[in-house]
Amino acid sequence: MKRYFGRKLSIYLLTFFLAVTIDWMIPRFMPGDPIQNMLSRAALNANAAEVLYTYYAHAFELDLPIWQQYLNFWYALFHGDLGISTYLFPTPVTKVLMDAVPYDLFLLIPAILLSWFAGNKFGAFAARTKRLDNTVLPVGYILTATPYMWLGILLAWAFGIVLGVFPISGAYSYTMAPYLSWTFIGSVLKHWFLPFASLFLVFFGGWAIGMRNMIIYELEADYSHYLEALGAPRKLVRKYAFRNAVLPQITGLALQLGVIVTGNIVVEVVFSYPGIGYLILAAIQNQDYFLIQGCFLFLIIGILLANFVIDIAYVLVDPRTRRGMTGETA
Amino acid sequence: MKKRKKKNEFLYFALRNNKLRIGLIVVLFFLVLAAVGPMLTDYAPRAYVGPAAQPPSSEYWFGTTTFGQDVFTQFVYGLFPAFLVGIVGGGLGTLIGMLVGFIAGYRGGLVDEFLNVVTNVILVIPAFALLLIIAAYLTVRGFVVESVFIGLTAWPWTARAIRAQTFSLSSRDFVDLARLSGMKPRKIIFTEIAPNMMSYLVMAFILQFGGAILIATTLDFIGLGPTTGISLGLMMQYAVLWGALPLGMWWWFVPPGAAIAAIVGALYVMNVGLDEVFNPKLREM
Amino acid sequence: MSLKVEDLTVYYQTLKGDVQALESATFTVADGEIMGLAGESGCGKTTLANSLILLKAPMRFIEGRVTLDDEELPVWDMEEMNHFRFNKISVIPQYAMNAMNPTRKIGRMTADLLESRQVSFKKTLPELKRRLDLVELSHDVLKMYPIELSGGMKQRTVMVLSTLMNPSLLIADEITSALDVSTQKAVAGMLVEFRNRECCNSAIVITHDISILYQIADSIMIMYAGQLAEKASTDAIIHSPRHPYTKLLIASLPKVGVKHAENRLRGIPGSPPLLLDPPIGCRFRERCPVAFEKCLEEPPFIEIEKGHFVACWKEFEKNAQA
Repeated sequence: MKRYFGRKLSIYLLTFFLAVTIDWMIPRFMPGDPIQNMLSRAALNANAAEVLYTYYAHAFELDLPIWQQYLNFWYALFHGDLGISTYLFPTPVTKVLMDAVPYDLFLLIPAILLSWFAGNKFGAFAARTKRLDNTVLPVGYILTATPYMWLGILLAWAFGIVLGVFPISGAYSYTMAPYLSWTFIGSVLKHWFLPFASLFLVFFGGWAIGMRNMIIYELEADYSHYLEALGAPRKLVRKYAFRNAVLPQITGLALQLGVIVTGNIVVEVVFSYPGIGYLILAAIQNQDYFLIQGCFLFLIIGILLANFVIDIAYVLVDPRTRRGMTGETA
Repeated sequence: MKKRKKKNEFLYFALRNNKLRIGLIVVLFFLVLAAVGPMLTDYAPRAYVGPAAQPPSSEYWFGTTTFGQDVFTQFVYGLFPAFLVGIVGGGLGTLIGMLVGFIAGYRGGLVDEFLNVVTNVILVIPAFALLLIIAAYLTVRGFVVESVFIGLTAWPWTARAIRAQTFSLSSRDFVDLARLSGMKPRKIIFTEIAPNMMSYLVMAFILQFGGAILIATTLDFIGLGPTTGISLGLMMQYAVLWGALPLGMWWWFVPPGAAIAAIVGALYVMNVGLDEVFNPKLREM
Repeated sequence: MSLKVEDLTVYYQTLKGDVQALESATFTVADGEIMGLAGESGCGKTTLANSLILLKAPMRFIEGRVTLDDEELPVWDMEEMNHFRFNKISVIPQYAMNAMNPTRKIGRMTADLLESRQVSFKKTLPELKRRLDLVELSHDVLKMYPIELSGGMKQRTVMVLSTLMNPSLLIADEITSALDVSTQKAVAGMLVEFRNRECCNSAIVITHDISILYQIADSIMIMYAGQLAEKASTDAIIHSPRHPYTKLLIASLPKVGVKHAENRLRGIPGSPPLLLDPPIGCRFRERCPVAFEKCLEEPPFIEIEKGHFVACWKEFEKNAQA
């Protein structure tokens, strides 16, 4: 087990290192001059522009040698300093991100957990009969193929505009300020529901299909046949098949995190939900490089952490890893 | 004699498999539409051709946008980039994945360990975040660049699958025989292992194709797509940006998303069908 | 009579048509008898075994009647058969090495199985431990995962599990095929022990290794291409076989002490027919050295001597003349 965690940790650390490096590298090696970009938006006369250029170059440390910039970046990172946002000047990037993260977690965690559980149960259920299978499977595939944003837009339109039941933007009503009251909580939930539903539905499709395939595979395994030969009721056979089929689904969850994060970003954009996804869009549109960098870092850290949590969960669930045999392949 | 029989067997089942047939028909339909569509319309995608915000009518089949552009024109012009990204991005992803997977699976040892680490690292970093950062800094972007980037980040899935398959195949007897007889490794890979992997490669390509389309649409939607031209993702972005939702202009955002869901869905269904064709255990009785 | 099988016919459904894997099998297994079932790969041995205990798709029941201890076994009905499985009829499968759930401790799995069949695990535990001792397995096995056991240990565990309820008929499918010679001897010996201690009443031992059967079986039944060829006491089969196929089979076995230079090993030229479209009449006809026109008609499985059954027109002829 130590070996298992050791390997995982080293990969995560390597990835983190790489991610931070890329994050730092890209703005500096891209064509074009970010400062020039920034300045060209402001209508300045030539002299003022020059003065401001040297000012910003110094402020962003672009006048230092490359390696020093790199080291400074790491240093600042460990001090929780991700720079100052230009779009939301003068708020530090870290604060902007920390304000947005709760909304992401509020959307993501229920969406991931519920869709995973429900999807797996449903997939196992669908594998029972041929007829059920034939009707359920296409639905699952269509759901997985649906682009997140489109589902979000459809839901927003159908329930928000046409039926007028749910609001389609913001985290809570614009007329309210955060306050612990039932009306506020109600408003929060109302604004939360549609983005949550968009994410849930698409994820659900994917899990259902995966589980259905795994269950069929497990039901055809030798141990299932042996149980049947010894007269075990179908319930027991299915129970064993389900427990074995769930294991790769856990690993699958870790692998899907990138996709899930993407979906989250998109859905937030559609519903103007103030999470990191929405911030990214705003940052891009306003060319706030520090904010973009910060968002990227946060995403990476979040994903690495989630991966780690899932690895721990896997060890707890698959007895083979605890006994020193690796339960996962590759 | 045996190889010929195998090919015919696959063709026999392939032509009869419902999922494969339906999926293929849907994809081909859109492909034809992409090719022929521009000829069905007199307008240019971004031209202002008529009254704004019109619902579908006999004159404007898919209605008009808030600027009076013809939605149908945008739609058919936007189909082509989807296929372009699918082929270039998906193809590149499959190619890289195939190479990495083959080499890692066949060589084993240190080479495998190293490639494994690379694959895992790229897997963990969400491709999208990477594309985000890169695209944000490029001021001019085209479809081809977008496709290439997608291909460069989407290959780990295929690499893993191909590697696992290569592993299991290279330990089989007929490969050992080839090795014993002194065949060069490269020849072994191409003549003994690859034909057995054709099914995996085809399926991997289909998945990459669909995946590439989805990623490209997402990028376009956020505003990181190509700076010129029109695509289905861009259509949806404009729709949301310019108030199609509160104005209830469903004809603007429903068709592009529906087309993508249909194409990608059809591809996934085709994939399941292919799996049944290649894997006799799954075939319906 | 312990087991009585009449005209059992089972086909496999495939997209290309029905594979006629088992054709009109009729035989009996007496109380306490260990009957060996031998034949080439693909002759229908496992099909026969599965027909008796786990007849499910793609197998299709065509016709026949199976009676165990004067009770009819509804082999075509998966649900109804559950009543008989494990208690009356049990199997040690060909895939015994993989027969246990890899993610469940063996003791836990056994408890689950027993409880699901309304048998108290607690009450059965002492007997279970006694059986483990019988096969020389430590009680710790119950606390382990299948992956922690060797092939031979897994085999013995499955043997104990399958016979836990003292079934009337035990079917042992290729239980020695994957083992080394010394373990083979031990396992074969255990099977006889089980029968002697009444852990099972009678047994059908399926194998392609006739030498094992010579050691432990009371009688041997030979199958060819889905049809029964011959059944007789072990002695009769080995020393005085009647069916041409059996004769050639016995002759092709290498004998200890005989050198190749003195006596070349003989095989049977040709290969078994495909059962998708089997030849009419006796299916051994095309490879048989003594076939004649009557062989175009399917020979019945008849008792030509006491306890000696054969399906061969030539032998019937000889018998008639004698």
